[in-house]
Amino acid sequence: MAEMMYWEAIRRAHDEEMARDPLVICMGEDIGVAGGTYKATKGLYEKYGPERVIDTPISENGYTGLGIGASFLGVRPIIEIMSVNFAWLATDQIVNTAAKVRYMSGGQLEAPIVVRSPGGTAHQLGAQHSARMEKVFMGIAGLRVVTPSNPRQAYGLLKSAVRCNDPVFINEHELMYNMKGEVPDEEYFHPLEGSEVVRSGRDVTLFGYNISVHWALAAADRLAREHGIEAEVVDLYALKPLDRDGIRDSVSRTHRAVIVEEAEPAVGVGSEVMAIINEECFYELDAPPVRVSARDVPIPYNHRLEKAAIPNPDEVVDAVLRMFGKK
Amino acid sequence: MTSENKSQLSLDAKKRLLREMLFARRFEERCYEAYVERKIGGFLHLYPGEEACAHGVLEAARVGHDYVITSYRDHVHALKSGVDAKAVMAELFGKVTGTCKGLGGSMHIFGVANRFMGGYALVGGPFPLAAGIAKGIQMQGGDEICICFLGDAANNQGTFHESLNMAKIWNLPVLYVCENNLYGIGTRIDRSTAVIDQYKRVSGYNIPARQVDGQDVEVVYEAAREAIDHVRNGNGPYFLELMTYRYRGHSMSDSNAYRTKEEERMWSKRDPVIMLRDRLIEEGAITDDDYKAMDTGILDEIENEIIRFAEESPEPPLELLDKYVLAENDPWVHGGPK
Repeated sequence: MAEMMYWEAIRRAHDEEMARDPLVICMGEDIGVAGGTYKATKGLYEKYGPERVIDTPISENGYTGLGIGASFLGVRPIIEIMSVNFAWLATDQIVNTAAKVRYMSGGQLEAPIVVRSPGGTAHQLGAQHSARMEKVFMGIAGLRVVTPSNPRQAYGLLKSAVRCNDPVFINEHELMYNMKGEVPDEEYFHPLEGSEVVRSGRDVTLFGYNISVHWALAAADRLAREHGIEAEVVDLYALKPLDRDGIRDSVSRTHRAVIVEEAEPAVGVGSEVMAIINEECFYELDAPPVRVSARDVPIPYNHRLEKAAIPNPDEVVDAVLRMFGKK
Repeated sequence: MTSENKSQLSLDAKKRLLREMLFARRFEERCYEAYVERKIGGFLHLYPGEEACAHGVLEAARVGHDYVITSYRDHVHALKSGVDAKAVMAELFGKVTGTCKGLGGSMHIFGVANRFMGGYALVGGPFPLAAGIAKGIQMQGGDEICICFLGDAANNQGTFHESLNMAKIWNLPVLYVCENNLYGIGTRIDRSTAVIDQYKRVSGYNIPARQVDGQDVEVVYEAAREAIDHVRNGNGPYFLELMTYRYRGHSMSDSNAYRTKEEERMWSKRDPVIMLRDRLIEEGAITDDDYKAMDTGILDEIENEIIRFAEESPEPPLELLDKYVLAENDPWVHGGPK
């Protein structure tokens, strides 16, 4: 088991899949000669050439649609959209074509594409470079949405997504590309459905995904150390479909739930997890579930305001303490 | 100019084309009736007036070998691509025997076995899909091309510009056919578009482009032959603009009140079916009685075979409702084959 960075894990998955299958290609802005904004395709242009590592024009809807069309003929495109803020422009092709073509053709065509894109609030990138789009894609029938919280998942989810016959949106994070973590030395395929209990606890479940898993883990450490509260942390690496069984099982053990999400609260992961708790295990609850979400604002530029707009571990701790009547 | 030197089409081919185009006309007219009878639901976009476009271009293509993709006005492109007319009508009736088992409808006819890659309902949506199909062809080294039929109004979408640009820089084997019927839904082209001649817009992408009469199937055929040769020989994309006219509104929900009777009369004098018929009669290849017998035969086939098939076919079972949303039993969802 070697340690590698999140970007290295993604790069390794690209490299292995491209070496295995000549129809696997990758495309996106600056991914070839420049090696990728976050280095996820570094060195692949030199290894596989311009036909398979394609520097695209800045035409997100166009090149996403092109990837979809190629996938109709057996090509397996990994499409990098440099920032999810630009993926809004490609929602037409992702939603109207990729998600629906198998259905509306009665099973004649499918669009096995992977769209990878970093979302989230990073370092003062301003309102138009700080979007969180997972909530948009997880609402669409016919798509899969996964979001890696560590290098092992980043590697294994991409490996599985390339081979899966459904269109898969992989929500990465601008702040996580340099995160280090262990990745299996042998080939590893992470499931595209399910969830992982990353910390066991009996008192409350903290649900997180992507970067918010780390906020939840930091909060759980403090809760244990300072307040004697043992929190379970569940990593919802699959957002579409969400893991109903995993959510029910954990809440049935702890009887309390807090959902930690980087996005605005409305129509998001938190509201969806709360709905599932309602439907699956309402009578297991000892307290109403709570969301810790971003503020309902466009992300501001100013550093202090930016930090105030998104959740942090302290807010998670406070939410749990309120739930236990300790604050 | 007689038809002998108008195109390289043989007399037999022209007679067959006349039957195919008349069939397409009658098929669409019968769809109109079935829509009024509420046998067909949703939106219905009909093709009468534009028959020479699909027929002229695809006559010059290798049907079943080349890939075809188009918009929501897709019935006739499917028929000329070899998709079974009974399955197309059954799809319109929402039946399980339809091309897409009743899940697609009029705007989404697919016939992938015939390489008819479907009708898509977002205006301009197929532009990049066609470029992608061409990329798939290019990567696998085949001599197929992709032919993308769209209307003039689609050219006001960003996908038009994005796709022409990518098709050119990557030298993709794609032929874009613009059926310029002068209206985008109910808005006349000069009110919506800065340039009426659409082929001129393509010069910005360094792609060869040409405009021809879209009402004369022989003219369309010859222009398409040249265009297809260009693309198939590895010279990259080509843009062919066909000047045409649709007799009906944009869809059945369109009152068609935005056009003058005078304009409609003018175009009806250039009806693609009648022009070909008159030419063949003039040349002595068929008689008026032959034509009438052909028409009667077509009407009979549509009513007694095609409509009957659609009427008598069963509805899709409810189990189909969630069948094609995600791949069935895909092992990679669960970490790979065990």
